[in-house]
Amino acid sequence: MRFAPTDDQIALADAVSDLLMRECPPDAVRGAWETPDGRVPGLWDRLVEMGVVGICAAEEHGGLGLSMLDLVGVLVETGRAAAPEPVVDVAAVAVPLLDDVGGELAGTWVPSLVSGEASAAVGLERGVGAGNAVVENAAAADVLLLGATGVSGDAEVHLVEAEAVTTTDRASVDGSRRLAEVDWEPTSATRIAGREALGVARDRGNVATAAVLVGLGAAMLERTVEYAKEREQFGKPIGSFQAVKHHLATAALGLEYARPVVDRGAYTLVYGGDTRRDSSIAMAYAAEAAHLAGRTALQVHGAIGYTVEYDLHLWMKRVWALESAWGDAAFHREQVARRVLDSSPGAQDWTDKEHA
Amino acid sequence: MDLRFSSSEDAFRAEVRAWMDGNVPASPLPSGDTAEGFAAHLDWERQLFDAGWAAVSWPEEYGGRGATLWKWLIFEEEYWRAGAPNRVNQNGLFLLAPSIFAFGTDEQKARFLPKIAASEYLFCQGWSEPNAGSDLAGITSRAVRDDAAGGWRLTGQKTWTTRGAFCNWLFGLFRTDPDQERHRGLSYFLVPLDGEGVTVRPVGRLDGDDGFAEVFLEDVVVTDDLVLGEVDQGWRVAMSTTSSERGLSLRSPGRFMAAATQLTALYREQRDAVEAGLLDPGLRDAVVRAWMDADAYRLHTFRTVTRMTDGEELGAEASFMKLFWSELDVSLHETALGLLGPEAELDVDGWMKGYQFSLAGPIYAGTNEIQRNVVAERVLGLPR
Ligand SMILES: Cc1cc2nc3c(=O)[nH]c(=O)nc-3n(C[C@H](O)[C@H](O)[C@H](O)COP(=O)(O)OP(=O)(O)OC[C@H]3O[C@@H](n4cnc5c(N)ncnc54)[C@H](O)[C@@H]3O)c2cc1C
Repeated sequence: MRFAPTDDQIALADAVSDLLMRECPPDAVRGAWETPDGRVPGLWDRLVEMGVVGICAAEEHGGLGLSMLDLVGVLVETGRAAAPEPVVDVAAVAVPLLDDVGGELAGTWVPSLVSGEASAAVGLERGVGAGNAVVENAAAADVLLLGATGVSGDAEVHLVEAEAVTTTDRASVDGSRRLAEVDWEPTSATRIAGREALGVARDRGNVATAAVLVGLGAAMLERTVEYAKEREQFGKPIGSFQAVKHHLATAALGLEYARPVVDRGAYTLVYGGDTRRDSSIAMAYAAEAAHLAGRTALQVHGAIGYTVEYDLHLWMKRVWALESAWGDAAFHREQVARRVLDSSPGAQDWTDKEHA
Repeated sequence: MDLRFSSSEDAFRAEVRAWMDGNVPASPLPSGDTAEGFAAHLDWERQLFDAGWAAVSWPEEYGGRGATLWKWLIFEEEYWRAGAPNRVNQNGLFLLAPSIFAFGTDEQKARFLPKIAASEYLFCQGWSEPNAGSDLAGITSRAVRDDAAGGWRLTGQKTWTTRGAFCNWLFGLFRTDPDQERHRGLSYFLVPLDGEGVTVRPVGRLDGDDGFAEVFLEDVVVTDDLVLGEVDQGWRVAMSTTSSERGLSLRSPGRFMAAATQLTALYREQRDAVEAGLLDPGLRDAVVRAWMDADAYRLHTFRTVTRMTDGEELGAEASFMKLFWSELDVSLHETALGLLGPEAELDVDGWMKGYQFSLAGPIYAGTNEIQRNVVAERVLGLPR
């Protein structure tokens, strides 16, 4: 038993953190609201060079042949920097999914995604209600991986190239997210994988997004703690007022307990177990912890936090988007409930699970 | 990252499980916070000791098994899973003993640890006083030097002393230097309660049991060998004891995992009523939250134990643990009462009694307001 990242994993996350401090400061995130693709110019190339995009890709496809356990700490850092780059969609979902599918498809797409030549968009969650799926980066992507109910009547994963879809832009509360409704037809030719692969891909998306949320929340907390030490009212720092302290302590508590469940989510994806349960737990915790960190950050900042000139909103709005993009916390708790409450008694017994 | 137990740990688990299966009393003992129940619990403590389970993580020479922290966690999981009784000797075993290991002399270790393990010395905790609760450094009980007696004369009053009416020893802080202030000049004493000048009065707790006591000391002579750590340096020793109480050693995950498992069983029994809208439909979500919280507490503990195994000290982060387990315990019990609906007041399966105990969690071991202060000031670095 050893529940901590390895030295290599820490070093990788630190390297990405250094890179993002240089290449993705808050001004760059703000700038991404204005760029056509919602990205920080050149940042993806840097991430490609560091191997981040191919962490989970097979070595034969130009990747590092590592796993979600190596990526999870990196994702926390991309969240901390609010980097508006599709690391979750491409590195944590599309690449491992295509690698799992294997064959020619993997041979064609994985190397070009890992090298940054091609871009992918991922839309595996159905929207609530009728209408087309709303997918991030759909308009700019060379290839789209989409979830759908196929001809078989079962949930499936489809791969469609840009020419085969029509997109209609939709604005997100987070101005760096380029969303579009995607109009397309699933056919037997576009189907690349079935229900199980779709499920695993979603589980990966959940854990990865949860890691980003933890990073976003941690950044808001850190920034707010610094602010509370400096801002003075009544002749002393606001951070000396107990109401402020307790707000911040409660936000810190949520993040403190979210990180281990996110790491465990990654662990289960790699070593097996109930990936849906553990990825949903990760998402449920991370979404609530990040949300609370945002609420707390705004309250403790007061009006300055309520402006678009100040950076806080960039982080907060990313959280608002991501906390429900893969199903909200209540949805994920219901996934857990189905496993823990509705399955046979004993399924929820931790100790037996590990015995087996 | 490796979330598997080793085969030796699995074997240890199997051994604990087999012993618990064969020995845990079939029906619950009467409450350990009553005179009769305390006696029944003591029999159980001694049964544990005879089988070598009283203090698994201690070195063998003091009555333990030299188990690693991981094995200790496994022991606890199995202990609570089996529905074994509350540990009425927990103050000595889990709070005082770690401080004796850290600060005691060899003589003190040899004298006290085996007797604590055997439940011969039963310690209660003497921090709080009528005018010093959260503000522990504000205690006024004092110790006056008496060279002729080879020690100190203790005078003062301790209160809210858990199971004080049933214990034979007390550990606590007393002011040894009247010229120093606050946390300076205090000393940590081990006080026999059968001595001249000690009066103990039981006080009924919220649940009706005599779980509290007031302890009055009037010129009680305590010899020098009963000072733990250095004279006037008791605060440091006391902080090590309270850190045990906040975090790992008092509240291991096993207890909450067992409670969460019971809660899921209760939900299954009541599911039809929840689904029919006879009970709050939101209870389903509350049950799963409680289960997830127990799971998260377990994982967070694994992280903490990994760090401790690497040689790190558990510092102010113990306050995170205390906040988390105490709030989890209250909401878990509130959810159970919700599931019982109108039967909650009947104390079905002890849920109402458990609820009343859970409500103390945010108060004892340093209130949750104090823990939030600690997190804010010592983890986040906010100004005082
Ligand atoms: C079941 C139970 C068992 C106990 N067992 C023992 C025992 O065995 N031995 C022992 O010594 N004590 C024991 N205690 C006492 C416990 O340690 C105290 O209750 C606790 O430290 C709080 O002190 P108090 O009750 O005097 O409340 P107070 O300190 O008077 O606090 C009252 C309220 O004011 C708040 N408050 C106080 N100071 C601050 C501050 N600085 N910032 C914000 N809020 C503040 C508190 O959080 C609380 O809400 C036990 C208590 C309970 C409930």
